[in-house]
Amino acid sequence: MSRSMPPLKLFATLVVFWILLNGSVAPGTLAVGLVVAGAIVLLFPVSLSVVSGHRLTPEALVASLAYVGYFLKELVKANVRMAALVLNPRLPIDPAIVKVRTRLTDPVARLLLANSITLTPGTLTVEISEGWLYVHWVVAPTTDPEAATRAIVAGFERYLEVMYA
Amino acid sequence: MSGLLDVIGGILLIGGTAFLAFGGLGLLRMPDTYTRIQAGTKATTLGTLLTLLGIAFLQPAWALKLLLIMLFLMFTNPLSSQVLARAAHRAGIAPAPQTRADKLAEDEEGAA
Repeated sequence: MSRSMPPLKLFATLVVFWILLNGSVAPGTLAVGLVVAGAIVLLFPVSLSVVSGHRLTPEALVASLAYVGYFLKELVKANVRMAALVLNPRLPIDPAIVKVRTRLTDPVARLLLANSITLTPGTLTVEISEGWLYVHWVVAPTTDPEAATRAIVAGFERYLEVMYA
Repeated sequence: MSGLLDVIGGILLIGGTAFLAFGGLGLLRMPDTYTRIQAGTKATTLGTLLTLLGIAFLQPAWALKLLLIMLFLMFTNPLSSQVLARAAHRAGIAPAPQTRADKLAEDEEGAA
C-alpha cells in the first residue's frame, strides 16, 4: 500500500482546513483556498497526514477517542510533575537517555508515538532508528530497555496499534 | 451568563500563564540542553493550550479557530523539540554529568 495520501483526499483536507480557518465561504476566499490547495497537491505529491494509514473500523475510531483522552490526561500529569520539579528547591532530577522499542511500523503511528512521548511525563524523544526510540528521561527510574519500554511506550502503543495497521 | 464564562476564561488564562512561567523558570534552573528542552516543551504546551482555551471562553466566536491552533501546536511543538534534541545530540553536546546513561551514544560508538 502506498504511504502517500491519495491526491483528492489531501486536496479535500486542505480545503476543509482553509474554510475552517477563515470561517467564510465568500467566493474570493474560497477561490484562493482552492488554488493554494491545488498547488500544494501538485508540488508535494508524497506527503503524510494523520489520517494516512488510519483504519476506519469502529474499533479504530473508539481507540482514537480513548487515545486522545489518555493523551490529555498524561499531558496534564506531565506538566504538573514538571512544575513540581522546577519549583522544588533541590531540583531532584535524575536524567538518562534510555532506549525503548516499538512494535509500530506505520510512519504516522510512529510520529504520533514520538510526539506523545515528548509531551508526557519527563520524556523527550531524541532519535528514532528502526524499531528503537532513544528517549531522554528527566527522572529515570530505570535504564533497562525492557522496563523503560513498558513505562514509556506501552500506554500509547496499546491505542496506536488498533488505530494503525 | 457571560459573567460565568469570563470567570472561567480568566482562571484558565491565569493557569496558562503560571505554566508558562514555570517553563521559563525551568529553562533557568535545568542543568543541560536536554533537560531545558524538556522543561520548555512541556510547560509551554500546556501553558499555551490553557491560554488559548481561556481565550475561547472569553471569545466563544473564535473557539473553532482556537481549537485548530491548539491542534497545530500539539503537533508542531513536540516535533521541533525532538529535532532540536536530535541536532544537539548529533552535534555532540554532552548531557549534564549527573546523567546516568546515554544509550544513544553507546549505540553510536558500537556502530562506528
